[in-house]
Amino acid sequence: MTPLLDLRDVTVHFDTDEGTVQAVDGASLLVGAGEIVGLVGESGSGKSVTALAILRLIRPPGRIVAGAIEFDGRDLLQASEDEMRRIRGSQISMVFQSPRTSLNPVIPVGRQIERLLRVHAGLDGGGARRRALAMLAEAGIAEPERRAAQYPHQLSGGMCQRVMIAMALAASPRLLIADEPTTGLDVSIAAQILDLLRDLGRRTGAAILLITHDLGVVAGICDRVAVMHAGQIVESAGVHRLFKQPAHPYTRGLLRSVPRLDRDFTMEPIAGAVPSLLDPPPGCRFAPRCALAMDACTACRPPIVAVAPGHSVACLAVEGARR
Amino acid sequence: MTPLLAVDDLRKHFPLRSPGAWLRPASVRAVDGVSFALHAGETLGLVGESGCGKSTVARCLVRTLDPTGGRVVFDGVDLATLEDEALRRRRRDFQMVFQDPTASLNPRLTVQGMVEEPLRLHTDLAGDDRRGRVVEILEEVGLEASLARRYPHQLSGGQRQRVNIARAIATRPRFLVLDEPTSALDVSLRARVILLLAELRARLGLTYLFISHDLSTVKYLSNRVAVMYLGAIVEEASATDLFARPQHPYTRALLSAVPVPDPDVRRDRLVLHGEPPSPIAVPTGCRLRGRCPLAQPICAEPVALREIAPGHRVACHLV
Repeated sequence: MTPLLDLRDVTVHFDTDEGTVQAVDGASLLVGAGEIVGLVGESGSGKSVTALAILRLIRPPGRIVAGAIEFDGRDLLQASEDEMRRIRGSQISMVFQSPRTSLNPVIPVGRQIERLLRVHAGLDGGGARRRALAMLAEAGIAEPERRAAQYPHQLSGGMCQRVMIAMALAASPRLLIADEPTTGLDVSIAAQILDLLRDLGRRTGAAILLITHDLGVVAGICDRVAVMHAGQIVESAGVHRLFKQPAHPYTRGLLRSVPRLDRDFTMEPIAGAVPSLLDPPPGCRFAPRCALAMDACTACRPPIVAVAPGHSVACLAVEGARR
Repeated sequence: MTPLLAVDDLRKHFPLRSPGAWLRPASVRAVDGVSFALHAGETLGLVGESGCGKSTVARCLVRTLDPTGGRVVFDGVDLATLEDEALRRRRRDFQMVFQDPTASLNPRLTVQGMVEEPLRLHTDLAGDDRRGRVVEILEEVGLEASLARRYPHQLSGGQRQRVNIARAIATRPRFLVLDEPTSALDVSLRARVILLLAELRARLGLTYLFISHDLSTVKYLSNRVAVMYLGAIVEEASATDLFARPQHPYTRALLSAVPVPDPDVRRDRLVLHGEPPSPIAVPTGCRLRGRCPLAQPICAEPVALREIAPGHRVACHLV
C-alpha cells in the first residue's frame, strides 16, 4: 500500500539575527489513507512547523532546506504555488488550536462555510447554504440555522472548534491536519471534539495528522504515533506498541512525567528542557537530557532503526536499534 | 479539631446593568453558597470547568475580591469582613500563586527585587539579612542564587513559576491558594513544579487549596477534592473516594472525559448534553438537570450537599 503522505528527511530552518534555528531536522513520517496519526512532543519540538511544512506554509525567514513531502504520489515540494493553492483546503486542510482567532470575526460563521464551499466544492448560492447547514448539524451544532447567522464571538470555544472542523472537512479532503485542536478547551468539551474528529474522519475517509502534547489524547484516538523532540522524530510505532513498549528514553520519560487518573505511581520528570534549536546539541539532541547517554550519542545522529514491524527508534542505547 | 480554614456559605455575585428603571438588575452568580473546611497540612483540590467559579472562590479567600456574603474563617478570624489594615497584617499567613507565570511577575523588577518585596512588606528583616533570606528562599524552590539578578524575560517558563512560588512562600505563610499553577507549563516542567509543590508542603508544613481543571494533577496532589459546577460544590470527598467512587453525575461525566495515556483503558463515558448554562440564569433545583442524562422530575426540587458516607458529600437527588 502506498501511503497517503510520506515525509522523508524534511528539514526546516529559520534564519534569524541570532543565527539559524534548526526547527525540524530530518523528519520522516508516514500517514496511510484513513489513518489517524499522532505527532507528540513538548513545546518547541517542531510539531507545528512540520505541519506547516506539509502545507508549504513556511514563510521567510523560514525555509524547507531538504527532504521530500509526497502526498498521494506527488512531491509537494516540487508543486507550483497554484497547485498548492488547489491542494490546500480541498485535499489537505488544517484545524488550528485557537478556533476563535482562526475564524473571521466580522462574517457570520455560516457565510464563512458557504464561501469555502463555493471556492472548493464549486457549489452555487442555494446549494452552498443548504450544504453549510447540513455540515453544521453534522458537526454536532444544535440549531444550525440560528448558529449559522451568528458571529464567532457569539459562539463558545467548543462551538467555534466544531465550526472549524466542519469547514476543514467541507471539501472532503483526504488529509486533515489538526494542530492541538482541544488545547484550551474544557475536558468534557475536548472529549466531544475528539469524538467528532474521529467520527467525521471515519465517515469521510479522511486521514488525520493529530498534533498534540497530550499523551492521553493520543492513546484515545490515534492508530499510530510519532514522538518528536527538538525537531527530530525519535520514535514511531502503533499506538498500542508505543504505550506498552516505549523504546526511546524520551518517550519513556514523557510517559513517566504525566500524573494519571487510572493508576497511582511516582512521577519522574525528564531532566532539563528542550534545547535551543539555534545551536542544538550535536548528534542525538536528547543526549544532554538522557540518563543513558554515551559518548557515541553526541558523535553523530543515531540512525532510525526498526526494532519491530512498524516500530522504529532513533537511539543507540536501545537494544536492537544499534547498527 | 478546628480547621485552619472554614468557608461558610460563600457568595460572590457580580451585578449586571439594570435592564430598565423598574426591572430588578440581574447578576452573575459566580459563587453561590460554597462551604468547605480545610485542616492544617491538608490539600483540598477544587476542580471544575471554566466559569464554574473556582477562581472566584480563590480570589474571595485571599480578598482580592470582596465576597457578597458568607464567612471565610482563617485561624479564628473572619477574613471576609476584615478591614484593610488588619487584613494586610494577616496576609503574610496566606498567599496565592496564579496560572500565568509571566503575567504575575513585574517585568521591571529582578528576581531579587520580587522575592524581597513580600519580606519588606511583612517582616522586620533589614538590608543584608533580607538579601540573605532571598538566596535561601530561591534555593528552596530550586533556583540558583545567580538567577537573582535576572529579569523575568531572561527566565524560562518553569523558572518564572518557581519565582512566583518563591514569592508566595517568602513570608512563611501557613496557607497557599494555588490557582492552576501548572496549567501553562509543558509536560516535563509541569511534573517538576508538581513535585516541588509536594516537597514544599512536606518541608514547610503548608496547607493548600489547589485549583485546577486537570483532574490527574489534582489526584496527584490532593487529600480531598471538591467538584464545582456553576457556582456551587456538587460533590466533596477524600481523593481516594472521589476518584474510585464518584457519585454525582457531573463528577462521573468529568472523570470519564479525561484522556488516559493507555490505549487499553476503555471507559464508559457519561456524556452531558450541551454546554454549561450562563451563571446569570442558574436553573432552579439541581443545577445540572438541563444537561444530565439521568435527570428525573424530582431534580427540579432544590438539592443540598448531604453526607452519603463519612466525609463524602453529594448534592444529587438520585444518589
